[in-house]
Amino acid sequence: MEFDLNEEQTMFRQMVREFADKEIAPYAEELDGTGEFPYEIQAKMADLGLYGLPIPEEYGGAGADFVTYSIAVEEIGRVSASLSISMAAHTSLGSMPIYLFGTEEQKQRWLVDLAQGRKLGAFGLTEPEAGSDAGATRTTARLAAGEWVINGTKCFITNSGTDITSHVTITAVTGEHGGGKEISNILIPAGTPGFDVAPSYRKMGWHNSDTHELSFTDCRVPEGHLLGERGGGFKAFLKILDCGRIGVAALSVGLAQGCLDESVSYAKSRIQFGQPIGRNQGISFKCADMLVEVELARLATLKAAWLADQGRPYTREAAIAKLFASEAAMRAANSAVQIHGGYGYIEDYPVCRYFRDAKILEIGEGTSEVQRIVLSRMLGL
Amino acid sequence: MNIVVCVKQVPDTSDPDTEVHIDGTGRGVDQSKFSFVINDADNYAVEEAILLKEKHGGEVTVVNIGPEAANQVIRMALAKGGDAAIRLDDEKFAFSDVLATARLLQSAVKDGGFDLIMAGCLASDDGYGAVGVTLAQLLGLPHAAMVKTVEVIDDKKLKVGRELEGGLLEMNEIEMPCVLTIQTGGNEPRYASFKGIREASKKEIKVMDLGATGLAEDQVGEAGSCAIMAQYSVPEVGELAEILEGDPGTTSARLAEILKEKGLV
Repeated sequence: MEFDLNEEQTMFRQMVREFADKEIAPYAEELDGTGEFPYEIQAKMADLGLYGLPIPEEYGGAGADFVTYSIAVEEIGRVSASLSISMAAHTSLGSMPIYLFGTEEQKQRWLVDLAQGRKLGAFGLTEPEAGSDAGATRTTARLAAGEWVINGTKCFITNSGTDITSHVTITAVTGEHGGGKEISNILIPAGTPGFDVAPSYRKMGWHNSDTHELSFTDCRVPEGHLLGERGGGFKAFLKILDCGRIGVAALSVGLAQGCLDESVSYAKSRIQFGQPIGRNQGISFKCADMLVEVELARLATLKAAWLADQGRPYTREAAIAKLFASEAAMRAANSAVQIHGGYGYIEDYPVCRYFRDAKILEIGEGTSEVQRIVLSRMLGL
Repeated sequence: MNIVVCVKQVPDTSDPDTEVHIDGTGRGVDQSKFSFVINDADNYAVEEAILLKEKHGGEVTVVNIGPEAANQVIRMALAKGGDAAIRLDDEKFAFSDVLATARLLQSAVKDGGFDLIMAGCLASDDGYGAVGVTLAQLLGLPHAAMVKTVEVIDDKKLKVGRELEGGLLEMNEIEMPCVLTIQTGGNEPRYASFKGIREASKKEIKVMDLGATGLAEDQVGEAGSCAIMAQYSVPEVGELAEILEGDPGTTSARLAEILKEKGLV
């Protein structure tokens, strides 16, 4: 067994951590207040190769493994969940579907710009009436005169409305097959007539991640924008979600680590009753528990990433990592605010933002309940 | 233009948890809890070297004196654009002073045919600020210290700006080959990209021990030093110093009182 990162991964972690500490952390609070998408920081991250880590070099990516990708998502997530999810969603939802299921022509046309971070990509699965129950998808795509005509609504779609969004890949019902709905993936370029992007949601957290409701009204794209096989949409997005779960797990590890770092630092410096509050076991044990959970969450996440790198199945491990890490992050954020007392409830301390940013981790890319469904089915229950 | 840039690995003092404790010998500090980084001024020297290479061609060679663990700062400099590296490593090099350190660097660079040798102007750990200029002396080359800006005039001459007190910039022309010690703040050190990190792992770090330097044992380490470090001590709290204790509310109120009493505000 080998638990050490290799030299390349170690250096990469060091670089991303330094970048996060110097180029993101000092601005994170102010940015959070604006709710705007941080284009400048995004461009700097793109220059370092962070927006195309697992995409091969031939398509403009870095050709890194998933362990390296997880490290990046974690280290950015330690200081800004918004920037981390933007990068992770862009990679696993915006770019991977094209890499995994696209034709050579589609990869050349779309993937290169995405992998270099000049453009952002999005994936539209969730609908007002269909999230985890993808079979209830109502968005339709009808083939007419060599074009797909799309009608329907998608919601909670990350990276779908930035100035540099190139496309959104959506799931749509393209017909019936064996008595059920035939679901396919279709690539919709940003700016296509009939594709409307609603104003940003007012979210509890993740204020700098770009999230919108999208509506399609007789929106037409060429037949060649079908991504993967017709009717292959269901299988494809299950695979995409597995990869996305590694990303959310890694982000959760980062956020929990951020909570731990802030808590330990505060527990050492906050004096009450003549001593640092960290001398009280009521506080120090909270920190010890956080440390344990961060470590376990990281191990589970890196194991899932490692399995993906070996080309082995990792659905089970990705679900375990996502479930445990996201819930650990929520617990860590809760403890961190408690340790900070009143200061944890005001925006002057980052744990306030971490708390708001943590909740969605238990919801996005499959809720905790959905992860438990996936896992209990694997137990034959 | 072929450039050497000297880099030192130092404890990361920006980490608020870094506590410095003198070890049992009294001549060292307990390093077991330190994390290590490239010396700040050296980081600017690396950036300046790579900027010059990108503009004028040539190669950048990174030189370090340190143990294998120092490979991390060397590799990071390679990942940012350095081409080759030399690491001087031998237990006999321990306790080298400025002169012995400069001698070691001299042995690594003297036959390389380099046009320009750069180093940070000051190491954040021992703070001598003298290795670069001593190296110039040993090599018999002109030098400029505390350099903030570097421009190439032609293939023989550089124009360098030295920042003086009050922000005054003194412009000098200097002939190559020469040695420059670089200050912080003259450029914006880059981050290594993933691609750079991947390429760096393929670059060779040449290791030189005492035999490879061609120096005698009494020219390096403590034997080769003219200044011998005797011992570290923690300064005693003087009579004029008052350390305010308590929570920030109490200490800031007391500080305000003192400033008022002394008529400073």
